[in-house]
Amino acid sequence: MTVDPIHQFQINNLFPVAKIGNVEITFTNSAAFMMLAVVGLTVFLVGATARRNLVPSRLQSAAELSYEFVASTIRSTAGSEGMKFFPFVFSIFMFVLTLNMLGLIPYAFTVTSHIIVTAALAITVFLIVLIYGLWRHGLHFFNLFVPKGVPIYILPLIVAIEILSFLSRPISHSVRLFANMLAGHITLKVFAGFIILLGGSLGAIGWVGSLLPFAMVVVLYALETLVAFLQAYVFAILTCIYLNDAIHPGH
Amino acid sequence: MADGPRGTGHRNEPPDDEAALSARLKRLGNRLAQTNRPPENGSDPRQTADLSGYARGFRLSTELVAGVLVGAVIGWLLDRWLGISPWGLIVFLLLGFAAGVLNVMRAAGVVRDRQLNDD
Repeated sequence: MTVDPIHQFQINNLFPVAKIGNVEITFTNSAAFMMLAVVGLTVFLVGATARRNLVPSRLQSAAELSYEFVASTIRSTAGSEGMKFFPFVFSIFMFVLTLNMLGLIPYAFTVTSHIIVTAALAITVFLIVLIYGLWRHGLHFFNLFVPKGVPIYILPLIVAIEILSFLSRPISHSVRLFANMLAGHITLKVFAGFIILLGGSLGAIGWVGSLLPFAMVVVLYALETLVAFLQAYVFAILTCIYLNDAIHPGH
Repeated sequence: MADGPRGTGHRNEPPDDEAALSARLKRLGNRLAQTNRPPENGSDPRQTADLSGYARGFRLSTELVAGVLVGAVIGWLLDRWLGISPWGLIVFLLLGFAAGVLNVMRAAGVVRDRQLNDD
């Protein structure tokens, strides 16, 4: 029995969709899981709010809870003006959370363990911050790079550093989510592989010994569930912090 | 609520006590409302993001790496376009490192955010 911890991240082509120039566009397992997440979320939220009661049902309560959670996150980080971006932040948070949680199901594919997906999300956030900031404040937005009370002879250096710091945001934003999911899933797979390895090679003693990695997998699984939620939350809260810069650049 | 004469030497009378109690309750309610009010204009968001140590460490390391990486890429591209071979990389790698350290200090909350400086 071969145990390959990387195999779970393989992209499989399911069926071709279209062909643009030389680029073949195929429907992959990654796309399938994204579709599943979007459809599942839509069904959950529409179903929860279809019959609104004053005394909420369990489903409605869950939907209201997620609304309240994201809304309070936005209010505490970007102020009440940030609520303009509520639909965007809510979509990102629920999408990432669902994908992370779906990835924890055995045999499921973890979409957020691919950097191209998280980078696309982070670049979307980055561009929205840039475009909204420029549209709202004009060139005043670039005051973001000019901290106050800095002596003039050191200012060019500080501005260069601030600009680089701003440009590095989408990288750290996307790498954090992707690396957390990737590392967590590899660790899980490696420890699960130990169970098979021990049991398969040492017989009865091995099976007893494999209780140790098994216990480890159980603990890691709980940790991974926490990380899956936490990383979705961190992704959302960083989105809010960056949006806050677009709404109120330093003046 | 309090209809009797207030605070004129009758400290032990029940209506007066009740008035004092309701006044204290009201004050407490006001203070609670003030502390529970959602803070306007993002008061130190990085502190409210209550992360576990693992996630926090991860965040800080990616911040540093991202800064250095951006500096390296920009320096390398400038070298290619302008043909100033080692200088772009040297200068921007250093700037990128500085930006990375700045990122880390901001993320750790050592340096306060810009918006908070001007009020």
